[in-house]
This record gives sequence, C-alpha cells and structure tokens, in this order.
Amino acid sequence: MADSTDRSLISAAQLNRHRVAYRVVLTLIVVIFTLIFIGPLYFLFSDGLKSTQEAVQVPPTLVPAHVHPGSYTAAWSRVGLGRLLVNTLYYAFGALALQLVFDVAAAYSLSRLRPVLGNVIFALMLATLMIPATVLVVPQDVTIADLPLLHLNLIGSPEAIWLPSVANAFNIFLLKRFFDSIPGDLLSAAAIDGASPLRTLRSVVLPISRPIIGVVSIFSLVAVWKDFLWPLLVEYGYNPNRETLNVGIFEAASTTPQNLVLAASAMAAVPTLVFFLIFQRNILSGLTAGSLKG
Amino acid sequence: MADLATLRKPAALSPARSRAGDRLAARARRNVSAHGFLIGAVLCFGFFSWYPICREIVMSFQKSRLGVTSWAGLSNYERIFRDPTFWTAWKNTLEFTVLALIIGYAVPFFVAILLNELRHAKGYLRCLVYLPVMLPPTSALLLFAYFYDPSYGLFNDVLRHLHLPVSQWVQSPGIGLPSMAMISVVIAATWMNMGGATLIYLAALQNIPGELYDAAELDGAGLFRKIRHVTIPQTRLILSMLLLLQIVATMQMFVEAFILTNGGAGVNNNTLSVVNLIYQYAFALSGASNYNSASALGVVLMLVLAVFSGGYLWLTRQTDR
Repeated sequence: MADSTDRSLISAAQLNRHRVAYRVVLTLIVVIFTLIFIGPLYFLFSDGLKSTQEAVQVPPTLVPAHVHPGSYTAAWSRVGLGRLLVNTLYYAFGALALQLVFDVAAAYSLSRLRPVLGNVIFALMLATLMIPATVLVVPQDVTIADLPLLHLNLIGSPEAIWLPSVANAFNIFLLKRFFDSIPGDLLSAAAIDGASPLRTLRSVVLPISRPIIGVVSIFSLVAVWKDFLWPLLVEYGYNPNRETLNVGIFEAASTTPQNLVLAASAMAAVPTLVFFLIFQRNILSGLTAGSLKG
Repeated sequence: MADLATLRKPAALSPARSRAGDRLAARARRNVSAHGFLIGAVLCFGFFSWYPICREIVMSFQKSRLGVTSWAGLSNYERIFRDPTFWTAWKNTLEFTVLALIIGYAVPFFVAILLNELRHAKGYLRCLVYLPVMLPPTSALLLFAYFYDPSYGLFNDVLRHLHLPVSQWVQSPGIGLPSMAMISVVIAATWMNMGGATLIYLAALQNIPGELYDAAELDGAGLFRKIRHVTIPQTRLILSMLLLLQIVATMQMFVEAFILTNGGAGVNNNTLSVVNLIYQYAFALSGASNYNSASALGVVLMLVLAVFSGGYLWLTRQTDR
C-alpha cells in the first residue's frame, strides 16, 4: 500500500520520522470513528432492551439498568415484523430476478445484437437518468393505478414495486459497458459453433460477467430494501399488511412505546448489517467501480 | 420469451451462397431476435419511466373536476407560484442543499484525505463509514429522532453534561437561516449518507501518482500546499461530478425530514422540502388532493434537477474520452 512509488500526501520517510505522532493520530481516529459510526448502533440495540419507562427516562442511561429481552419479542409481534420482513424480501428478490432477466437481456441486445434503433432506445434510457424517480411519483402512481392500454391496476400488488425497478438505466449502462468489453472473437466463435444468441448469452457471456452481475444485484437489493416513498404510496393500507419494513415500522412508530420502536428498528437493521458483513468486499469495490466512471 | 426459442438460427450464413433475399431475411431474423431481448426492458421503461415523464408534463397543464379532464393552461403553475408554502419548500430545500454541501460534501473529502494517509486499520475504517449507508433509513432516522428528543434524548443529555444550553433540535420552531431544525436534519442525513462519497474520494485519491507529491516536496511545498496544488487539482473531475450528484440527491430530500418529524414538515413547515410538498399536494391534503398542482411542481423540480444531472452526464462523458 505504501511503497515508495505509490505514495500519498505524506511519504513513508516522513511517517517514520514522526512514528509516535502517527500512532497517536491513528488511535484517535479509530476511537473517534468507532464512537461516531458504531456508537449510535450500540444505542439502537441496547435501548431496545430497556423497559418502557427507562427508555424515556431523564437523564438517559448509557447501559440498560434492567435488561428486558422481552421488548424484542413484544416489538416483533406488535409491529408485525415477521410479515413486514417476508414482504420486503419478496419485493427485493422479485425485483432482483426481473431486473436480472430483463436488464441483462436488454444490455446484451444493445451491446452485441445491435438492433435497428438500438442506439435511439439506449439514448432514451440514459436520458431517464436525468430525471430522478422522486420527481415522477405522482404520474407513476397514476399510471400504476391504471396502466395505459392494458387498464390494469397494480396498486397493492408486488408488481407495483417489481416492474418499475426494471426501468433502471444505470443497470443497463453498467451491464452494456461490461458486455462491450468482452472480446468479439469469443462471441463469433460461439456463433460459428452454431450457438443462438440466447445460448451465447447463457454459456459465454454470463459466466464471464459474474462480477458486474454481482454489483448490479447488490445495488438492486439494497435499493428496494432502502426505498421509502414509493412503497409508502403503492403498498400502504392493506390487511393483511403489504408494507415494507421501512414503511411498516414508520407507521407503527407514532403509536408504539419508544423502547419497542427501537427494538423493531434494531431488528430491521440486522438483515442489512449481516448482508454488508458478508458482501462487504464486493459492495465497497462495486461502489467505486460503478460510480467512478458511471 | 416464447418467441426466442423459435429464432434459434445461426447468424452467420455462408457468404458464397448468400443472395440479397437471404441476407435481408437473415437481417430481419437477427433484428427480431435482438428486439425480443430488448422488449421486456423497453416495456418497463415505457410504462414506468417514459410515459410518466410525458404524463407529468401533460397533467401539469390540465385540470380535473368531477372526473372530467380539461386543459387548464398555466393555471396550475400560477396557483403553485402564488402558494406561500411553495416558496417555503424551495427555501428549505435550498437551505438543506447548501448545508448538506458544506457539511456533507466537505467532510467526506477531508475524511478521505485522512484515511488515505493511514497505514493501518484502513479496511476497518472504510467499513465503518459505509455501515450507516446500509441501514434501512427508518431504523437510522427513528434512532436519530430518539437522540434528538428535547427531554429524554441523548444529545441534550450530552449538552447538559457539558453545561451548554440545550436545544429543541428538529422540533425547533425557528424559521431563520439556517434553522436549527434543518441543521438537525442535515446532521442525520450526513451520518447516514457520507460513506458513499468518502469511499469514492478515497478511490480517487489512490489514483494520484506519487511522483507529483515527490515533485511538490522538492519545490518545498508543505502539507497544505500539497493538498492545494496536487490533491485538489488531481481530483477535480471527481470533485465536480460528486458535487453535481450531491446537489441532485439533496434537492430530492424527503425521507429524512419526513421521518424525523413523524410524517410532518417540522414546526412552521421549517423542514418542508419540495418533494414533501409534491407528496402533500398529491396525497396528503384531505379531500383536496390535487394531482395537477403536484405535477406542475414536479415539472418545476424536474427542470431544475435536469440542469444539474445534465451537467453530470456531460462530465462523465469527458472522463470516458
């Protein structure tokens, strides 16, 4: 990392001269960053263990005086977390599956099959990057309630989350750029062997595209998991509950005791934290790969 | 997908035998199959992106009374421009954007410079700053709402221990510039979101050739002149790209203020953002829900954001060359 040719602002020689100062600064940074970024998470998980009175006590306690693991089970049943979790997983993985099928196929077609008007279609897709989704919530909501030509009402169905997620120009851009970089010889060899486009995609393109598909998958799952406004508009107010974790906990928060709100928030955070710890390397490298040139 | 199976024909025909008709047929087949691959995504774009964009513009010029839709000229725009909350929402959104740029744009850059100098614990710190980005926003924001509580919140407890005046935080009534309420929103938003920008900066810093620093040192440059004359010019493109991205992202602020104020817009609307006002115009005002005013406001926001995201796309094309 710090060899002489690949140095940063402060050279290795300078650091060696001030080894003690470096140690002090390093320790300070590690401690301060841990406090800032892990500290709130400590309270998220520990304050859920307090009793209802202790959670709103003045002054607040740093460590729960009496540990009430019962708050977690109470929060689980009161907020209906099981249901919310299943809903969110269903929306997230359904969106992922559809995005992988349609966006990969579209990017492959734009990159390799080059249909007539393909460039125009790609430009129109890229143009949507200039108009963020939040700006379009009203006409999107109206459209979902009555799809033009088909006259279907998708409000309250999982498709209301799945299908709009496919219209993701950034996915198609990333995938197409990767497919563009695959050597043409490889694909013409497959064509000479008589492979159809679908077969070429399945047996040649997909196996070498695993890294970029990983990046796209991670970001598509995280996007659905973190979304708030759109699921609030299209999946709200059904019995049994069709809300996502974010919306469900938010709706329950105003009528639920503080300790249960925190316990529910903590449990909602667990899946994403575990996901991050497992895929940490892919997420962090995918982030820079996706956005530096994106 | 059914039609794809019938199209399994090798694309390459033997050139010796190819007549014009054959070639045309082959091209048609290739195109049908290529469009078959495209159709799913194109339909989704059509229904959920291209059509709503047009629909938003059309709806902003229409009015709808008792189920009858007619043209309304510019009256929706006139109505929202006359609405004082329209200006409040823009004032707040710009206030959030400026504050978020001062805090949320500069802080990650200096954190990245700091992290880049460390020889240890780098992986740990990188994970740490990105951890909040992964949290569901509701979890993070309900936790901050708890910290911000004027009576039992942690933040006021810390202030009391330090013998500093306590604050109402996000519930502050002030509408001044900047208001404490908005600063509270920015603090929570920065904590939640700074990881992404920090890691992108970090990657950019690692691409700076070390010789430039060596040369600067030979010229007698100190730490700050090295930052000023090497680090910043070398990362200028990334800095300007992220600046535009940040502006586009922060101007769409909604969930942060919405959850921190328990689904409202703060005291005296002092955390009401433009997207929140779109939401209120369209869905929240009981009985008077008006999609047309909401569309007009959406078009205004779309035009403003298109300027910045257009600039971003232009800059990314510069890098690709």
